[in-house]
Amino acid sequence: MHPAFSVIFLTTLIGAGQGLFLALFTSESYSAVGLLPKQSHTFYAIGGFLALLLLIAGLIASVFHLGRPERAWRAASQWRTSWLSREVIALPTVMGLVFLYATIHLFEWNPMFLGYGFGDKITLVLGGTAATAIFILFLCTGMIYAAIRFLKEWSNPLTIINFILFGGASGFMLASAYSSFYAPELVNFFGGWAIILTLSVWVTRSASLIRNARLKPTSTIQTAIGVRHTKIQQKAMGMMGGSFNTREYFHGKTALFLKSIKWIFIVLSFPLPILILWAGMQFDQQPLLISAFVIQYVGLLFERWLFFAQANHPQNIYYQTV
Amino acid sequence: MTQLALVIDLNVCVGCHACVTSCKEWNTSGEPGPLVDENPYGKDPTGTFFNRVQTYEIGEFPNTETLHFPKSCLHCEEPPCVPVCPTGASYKREEDGIVLVDYDKCIGCKYCTWACPYGAREIDEKQKVMKKCTLCVDRLYDEALPESERKPSCVLACPTSARLYGDVHDPDSEVSNAIREEGGYQLMPEWGTKPSNHYLPRRKTRMHIHEDELVRADNPLKQEDIRHETSKDVTLDDWF
Repeated sequence: MHPAFSVIFLTTLIGAGQGLFLALFTSESYSAVGLLPKQSHTFYAIGGFLALLLLIAGLIASVFHLGRPERAWRAASQWRTSWLSREVIALPTVMGLVFLYATIHLFEWNPMFLGYGFGDKITLVLGGTAATAIFILFLCTGMIYAAIRFLKEWSNPLTIINFILFGGASGFMLASAYSSFYAPELVNFFGGWAIILTLSVWVTRSASLIRNARLKPTSTIQTAIGVRHTKIQQKAMGMMGGSFNTREYFHGKTALFLKSIKWIFIVLSFPLPILILWAGMQFDQQPLLISAFVIQYVGLLFERWLFFAQANHPQNIYYQTV
Repeated sequence: MTQLALVIDLNVCVGCHACVTSCKEWNTSGEPGPLVDENPYGKDPTGTFFNRVQTYEIGEFPNTETLHFPKSCLHCEEPPCVPVCPTGASYKREEDGIVLVDYDKCIGCKYCTWACPYGAREIDEKQKVMKKCTLCVDRLYDEALPESERKPSCVLACPTSARLYGDVHDPDSEVSNAIREEGGYQLMPEWGTKPSNHYLPRRKTRMHIHEDELVRADNPLKQEDIRHETSKDVTLDDWF
């Protein structure tokens, strides 16, 4: 497929935003049971708004993917059948819940329900709801790709697992950089989880790379045009200057280019940020923590580019003389 | 249940592209507005078409065969492009099985093109909506047209009658007969999309001559030779 930068930015930005919120909520629930020191409301409020900012940035990027964004509201209507429609509902829901969570922390609200005050628990309840919504959003985003059975590179549970783990890894990376400003005692907690998540996604993404390398196409030129012969060559595609079919489904790069992107993404997403983060935690260096997140995010852009470019659509069989 | 569809006879298609131009002409002049054309007279002309004719070479020189292959939306009975549409712009008509896009609802997200294994949909880069073969739905029911012209444009244009149109669910229709009797097949049946459009394969008419026929064991002249021995009577055929 042709990698569209709008979708690359959408999936990586909201992934990091979702991961950052999960990191914040994890630390808040840990401190609720006394496993971590309690943090100020401002810490969660600013972190929550930072996550919201990433989600909004992702939403803005997604608008560039649409031909007629002014009709985007219609996209919520087919939630019964379309994972894209489900994502269109889940994303604003997550944004709304994250906004509420951050606002309640910011103003330290303690709303009373039927004469009962929740105290600090209201944000825990809200955070739990938001975290659930975030996992649903991850599922929707992953299923948009995994549900297309024609693209065998995507049509696999690993797609969803990778989306969740990549989002989590970059979110916890960002959380450890963020906490170095407001809650230095949490840096190692977030950093530790960031390393665990990065290592796990290293395993699962490698598994999908290995799987993709061994895939055999279901359709062949023989089934595509219905002629039983081992030697069939396309001589004309039916147009001269290319068409939507020759632009949308091809990355237009060489195999060597793809291979180089693969190694760039592997180095930038996994070993390099882990090393830098570890050094940052070890030597208490804030710039290292920030660059660990930035480097991994850049690595994720390469990863997502390859994710699209590697998917080989069966319609390409009809357009072989590109 | 009616399922309107095309049956394309690859045995008679000569690859003249008359269906392509006729399709473009009809569908660019209709109510939904023109089908985009960029650089129509320039170096790299490109644009939206509902129908393309491709050419394949089968076999290796000198034993080759040329196949002209018209390709358009197959109006699948299980269209994978329809359920993925987030706005409901893509739909399959209950009454005649035609798969259509509502150009007023489409947001141009291109998700349906990912979900079509045939690459049958092409976005209109100007209107920014997805477009595809409508089976000329605006001709089929137009009572202002004479009944013989209530057919897709491509079908009317084909000079060799390679394109048949009709209801593939009616077992006695021309198209069903052709599929049944001429070996009609579907494209990429492995995906279970059940395309309604069918293709008729290239057929060869070969003369089979048995060796006996060459040496002529049943040569009628030999029969005449035998006749002398079978009759002792004098006949008009006797020469001496």
